[in-house]
Amino acid sequence: MDAMAAIKKTFFEECEEQLAEMEAGLLAMNEGSAENELVNGVFRAVHSIKGGAGAFKLGALVSFAHKFETVLDLIRSARLSATPDTMRIMLRALDIVSDLVRLSRAEAPIDDALWRPVGAELEALIEQKPQQQIQPEITVVPEAPAEVVDLGFDFAPTPISIDDGAVASPPDPQQTYEIEFRPSKELYASANEPVVLLREVAKLGETSVRCNCDALPPLDSLDPDSSYLSWTIRLVTAADIEAVREVFEFVDGACELSVALIEHAPAQVMPAVAVPVADPSPSLTVVPDITRQLHEARADSAPVLASESVAAADIQKDGGMASGQPATATIRVDLDRVDRLINLVGELVINQAMLTQRVLAEGLAKSSSTMIGLDELEQLTREIQESVMAIRAQPIKSLFQRMSRVMREVCAATGKDVRLRLDGEMTELDKTVIERLADPLTHMIRNAVDHGVESRETRIAAGKSPDGSVRLSAAHRSGRVQIEISDDGAGIDRKRVLAKAISKGLVLQGVELSDGEIDNLLFLPGFSTSESVSAISGRGVGMDVVRRSIQALGGRISISSRSGQGSSFVLSLPLTLAVLDGMVVRVADQTLVVPLTAIIETLRPASATVHALGGSASVIKVRDRFVPLIDVGAELGFRARRQLADEADGVAILVESETSTTHALLVDTIEDQRQVVIKSVETNYGKIRGIAAATILGDGRVALIVDVEDVVGISRSDTGQQINELRTGAGIR
Amino acid sequence: MNHQPNTKTIAGRSSSDGGELVAFRIGNQEFCIDIMAVREIRGWTPATPLPHAPSYVRGLINLRGTVLPVIDLAVRFGFEPREPSARSVIIVTEVGAQLVGLVVDAVSDILPTSAETIQPTPNVSSELATKFVKGVISIESRMISLVQLDDVLPSDGKAAA
Repeated sequence: MDAMAAIKKTFFEECEEQLAEMEAGLLAMNEGSAENELVNGVFRAVHSIKGGAGAFKLGALVSFAHKFETVLDLIRSARLSATPDTMRIMLRALDIVSDLVRLSRAEAPIDDALWRPVGAELEALIEQKPQQQIQPEITVVPEAPAEVVDLGFDFAPTPISIDDGAVASPPDPQQTYEIEFRPSKELYASANEPVVLLREVAKLGETSVRCNCDALPPLDSLDPDSSYLSWTIRLVTAADIEAVREVFEFVDGACELSVALIEHAPAQVMPAVAVPVADPSPSLTVVPDITRQLHEARADSAPVLASESVAAADIQKDGGMASGQPATATIRVDLDRVDRLINLVGELVINQAMLTQRVLAEGLAKSSSTMIGLDELEQLTREIQESVMAIRAQPIKSLFQRMSRVMREVCAATGKDVRLRLDGEMTELDKTVIERLADPLTHMIRNAVDHGVESRETRIAAGKSPDGSVRLSAAHRSGRVQIEISDDGAGIDRKRVLAKAISKGLVLQGVELSDGEIDNLLFLPGFSTSESVSAISGRGVGMDVVRRSIQALGGRISISSRSGQGSSFVLSLPLTLAVLDGMVVRVADQTLVVPLTAIIETLRPASATVHALGGSASVIKVRDRFVPLIDVGAELGFRARRQLADEADGVAILVESETSTTHALLVDTIEDQRQVVIKSVETNYGKIRGIAAATILGDGRVALIVDVEDVVGISRSDTGQQINELRTGAGIR
Repeated sequence: MNHQPNTKTIAGRSSSDGGELVAFRIGNQEFCIDIMAVREIRGWTPATPLPHAPSYVRGLINLRGTVLPVIDLAVRFGFEPREPSARSVIIVTEVGAQLVGLVVDAVSDILPTSAETIQPTPNVSSELATKFVKGVISIESRMISLVQLDDVLPSDGKAAA
């Protein structure tokens, strides 16, 4: 049972990959690409899902995937053209497949209403294809029934039996060709390779290849530059004769070629293997392909055959093949192991830095061989660090593809026709960051369509193209990843935003705000500009939630907008969650790190700008606003609260907390700005008020990372209500 | 590894199927803990103080990349506080799932032990005795207190972890 569960788990993991591949393929087809390999890729993926689902008796998934596959096959064999309407149905069907996979994985009950409507549309597509009567079934299922009976795996009671699948499967006009291929000397002279051509042929269907070496002279009279070998290939395929000839297109004139149609014959599977074995030397390289084809053939004829192990083997095979081309070898590794490795390498880097410092302290010259060796060590450790970090990194592609689906759904719900353009899909960033970006991005895409892009009529009236477009792009920018979501809509209606903010009491009447400040009002908690609260974006989750989740990832979000031309949101994210950009500060002889994401600006307070408020609180005047001033040293208990006069000595760091309020943190000096590795304090100790985590600095000592929210919170509870009142009165921030 | 029970070995110590204890000194008193709880023993390095921490928490040190809280056992046991010297040592111990460093004056001995050599804690009215000592061992003229490690970390810290 455990083994079964493990196989099932693998199956679902591979389903994810296959769904991603299907999505990529369908989207490319939707863009008008009609490449055969593309359709084949999608076909293989859905076929694998169907096969695996059959083995696990996932009835709804099998029957839906089967319909999907049938339509694809019609497209593949050019009996159905991939019109935009067809592709729209296919994309929706893909969403259903992924829903079904998800539900099956969660072992949730599946409501037939979920897939029946789209299923019916698929069936309609199958019905409307031009009727071509070729007796197909015989060629497709020569072995299937026998095998099913043999293995005693009974699927009859499930709503979709294999017979059902096989009979209803698309009419494959399987034909047998005999190909005579005799390369001439010139073929070799032009650096062509028969084995490559043979492999190409093998991709078309089942092949049996026989090498004819009768012409081979005895060794002493052999001319190494001559061509003596010829091949006879028997090919069973659905492809037409042109497709077969096409394989040899490039060697046209450099070989003798004849392609002859023999008959409509059942696939002669077994001899196909026997031939190369009997006649091994030249055609040996073809064997793997043939066996692979054989596997495919078996999977084709009996998708749900087989004992568990055979089914599993098929899943594995198809899974590997689905990636197409020469599959890059991958292994699945526990994230914990990777993280441990990352930790250790982080240590290595720190240790190496310490070693260098110590050697320098010994007074060794920079040019000494020891220092040169250390330099090399440093480069090496950096390289190791980068490679290890790259293990956790994944292309953002999977996330972007999910957004395509979101886009389809929003378009369907709003009735707008908006294209999503994706850029920089191969940009890599930390897996966890990718996962946690899904919600904010979904929200922003919805916003862009719902609030950003205007209705068709408005767009036409404004002289724009009737269909809107939203662009989602990712790129590396100076050690961070920048993700941009921009639309070509109307841009932010600043008057309306401001009016709304005033009416909600977020901004005082009569306050002068710059355009940028107005745009930033969107990030205030509880702000929603849509006048009619719609189901799409007005569910009480505003941009403030988006911003908070981005900040939680150590990122920042900014907005820019041009009236009539659209708006764009830019997210700047760290490559990984293991490090953080911080400002290294000194407070009461202690070294602390303040996360850079929270910092707005730093300033040196003049004593005249600092005022006492109430018993122990003080505020600082920053550009006509009073901001609570927090003495970090005192707040963390490192020293007694200092007298007011002294406070002008330090440096004030203006920070913004999650609730968009501004505070000034008073520290002694700012030392540095750098990336630090985040270390948990809670693992071995526990939560400390005001401290988010710890890090290890270049000198090997532990420094604490300030939890800005916490420090601000401590201060607030200490100083009571007056600060709060002041803050609400002081303006928007 | 296991000798016969109650075999007398040198210095009259009894080695049995019980484990071994690491003995250490704080001031003029001797204490010991189960060797299985000890991960390593290392020299004193200055620790980074923690805000809002009890006085016996010296702070955090870097133990090859792990952030390790360090407890000053002398302060924890209520002795006169003094600055650890270069000769002080940190015993890195496992308490539950956590790693904790204990600052002591010196490690003095490794003692084989068995259940019967451990006597109940004499009934004295000292917080140290009731809270942290779970038994005493008598070896020749020495009295060594067996320390109960579970309560050395501040309890709120443990609850939050």
